[in-house]
Amino acid sequence: MVIPNNMNKFHLKLYISGKTPRSENAIRNLQKICEENIDEHYEIEIIDILEHPQLAEDERILATPTLIKSLPPPLRRLIGDLSETEKVLVGLDIRPFPSTMNVTKN
Amino acid sequence: MTIKTLSISSSVEKLATGIPGFDLIAVGGFPIHRTTLIAGTAGSGKSVFAAQFIAEGIKQWNHSGVFVTFEEPPEDIRRNMASLGWDIPAWEEQGKWVFVDASPHYEDDMVITGNYDLGAFLARLQHAINKVKAERVAIDSLGAIFTQFQEARVIRLELLRIATIMKQMQVTTVMTTEREQEYGNIARFGVEEFVADNVVILRNSLDEQIRHRTIEILKFRGTYHHKGEYPFTVVPEEGLVVVPLSAIKLNQQSTDVRVSSGNSKLDAMCGGGIFRDSIILVSGATGTGKTLMVTEFIAGGVSTGERCLLLAFEESREQLYRNAKGWGVDYQQMEESGQLKIISAYPENATLEDHLATIKTQIERFKPDRLALDSISALERITSAKGFREFVIGIASFVKGHQLAALFTATTPDLIGGKSVTDAHISTLTDSIVLLRYVEAEGQIRRAITVLKMRGSMHEKLIREYIIDGHGMHIGEPFGYHANLLTGGSVSTYSNNAGCVNWQPDRSIT
Repeated sequence: MVIPNNMNKFHLKLYISGKTPRSENAIRNLQKICEENIDEHYEIEIIDILEHPQLAEDERILATPTLIKSLPPPLRRLIGDLSETEKVLVGLDIRPFPSTMNVTKN
Repeated sequence: MTIKTLSISSSVEKLATGIPGFDLIAVGGFPIHRTTLIAGTAGSGKSVFAAQFIAEGIKQWNHSGVFVTFEEPPEDIRRNMASLGWDIPAWEEQGKWVFVDASPHYEDDMVITGNYDLGAFLARLQHAINKVKAERVAIDSLGAIFTQFQEARVIRLELLRIATIMKQMQVTTVMTTEREQEYGNIARFGVEEFVADNVVILRNSLDEQIRHRTIEILKFRGTYHHKGEYPFTVVPEEGLVVVPLSAIKLNQQSTDVRVSSGNSKLDAMCGGGIFRDSIILVSGATGTGKTLMVTEFIAGGVSTGERCLLLAFEESREQLYRNAKGWGVDYQQMEESGQLKIISAYPENATLEDHLATIKTQIERFKPDRLALDSISALERITSAKGFREFVIGIASFVKGHQLAALFTATTPDLIGGKSVTDAHISTLTDSIVLLRYVEAEGQIRRAITVLKMRGSMHEKLIREYIIDGHGMHIGEPFGYHANLLTGGSVSTYSNNAGCVNWQPDRSIT
């Protein structure tokens, strides 16, 4: 597992549309993944696009939930409620590639 | 307010699109506050239709609109639509047009990590609608959403949700969608099952080697529309123009006012002149004097102070000038005085739909009292039989709508006798038919004229002989004891002489 140093702090923005069960899921999944995999090296900002539609416009977001990782580069866009942990870890470059098909660690 | 109207009319209220011709076949326009699906193959004009729906709303009713693009970036759309005369950047500045840019940006790496919906898109769309107080929304195109997001089931449900919310927000929406073939499934990805209340299909097919664009309203739930395919064209500086043809009511406000055909003897045969708002078809073989009749028709109009428009598809302006001079008519002087306008065009230079659009524009600009078209059969060769008939209906209804006296010529292929596809196609649409024929009588080829039909009037039934000389057409006495003159029983005898029968201005037959 890659533990980034402080210089490589994760900047994560989670865009949700309203306080729906799906949004709650996404927030919970994201917090869990971050706590378990990148310790305290992260900042999460949660943006409700129902309150700030212009922010969704600026970022050209279509689907919710959408997670954008702006740092460390490269920029990544993850769509969905982040329930598929393995895909999230790969998508955030925390894990380079799935080593086997059956990685189940949370 | 809307509900009141609904209960009174007990039918769905319509919103005029403003797309020329379309509202006629749609009997008023799109069902208001509903979503209409525009389905078509690649290149069928879907995006133009969608953009024009917004553009006409702004131009004609000051309705603001939102244009959602899932395919091309807004910059491309601004540029492409500029050629249709729509200044989108100016409208954006005035807060009349707003883009929701949902076009793919491939630099973004997208990973799907669980369940999602298009909530962000919907929020942006609602935000845009509120921002400009939009009454119209265009979404172009649904197929591109399915390419961006793989889960077709999710997307279909989201489309249904979008259509529902658009209805609640009281905006009228068009969504474009792709088809794989001209005749078959309505749309890819089964979207029509979800946005299926109103469906319009655009086609771009090859019909007898000629590209043919048509539009068809497949269904409007709970309201009327005209059925069948109608041709359309895309005109520069104007956009999509539908040729509504038979949907147009031929509301012939037939007047009793008669005007001269330009030939007093012909007027007499017609029972005292031709009607103000009628169409005369002059049918004859080459050299029988059709162009001469056109010349007399024009000269007759000009002499009584009318404005005349001459559409020539067979001869150049110079040739027309020369011919007319031969009969003592000075077209050049008439044009200079502004009473005559000659438009000479080569039929093959444009499609028939384009020609029709041009003719309409010219009539609206020049506002003539009479119109001559020489010849309508020259236009027949650039289209299919169906396309030609539609063209004739289109021009006939337009001419009638403008209360013009019109004269169309048609060339029959046979020198003797006369059967013509053109005649068969259009004779029912014209009010009067004048036949000019070569006939065989007493060992000579002579010329015969008869009025076959004169709607709303008595007319002479005789077959008369006429001659052509340097002063024009002289209609003389009826042919006496002859039978089968016009059917031309002995064509073969004279076929060798086919080259000799062209008339000369000063050639006279005695």
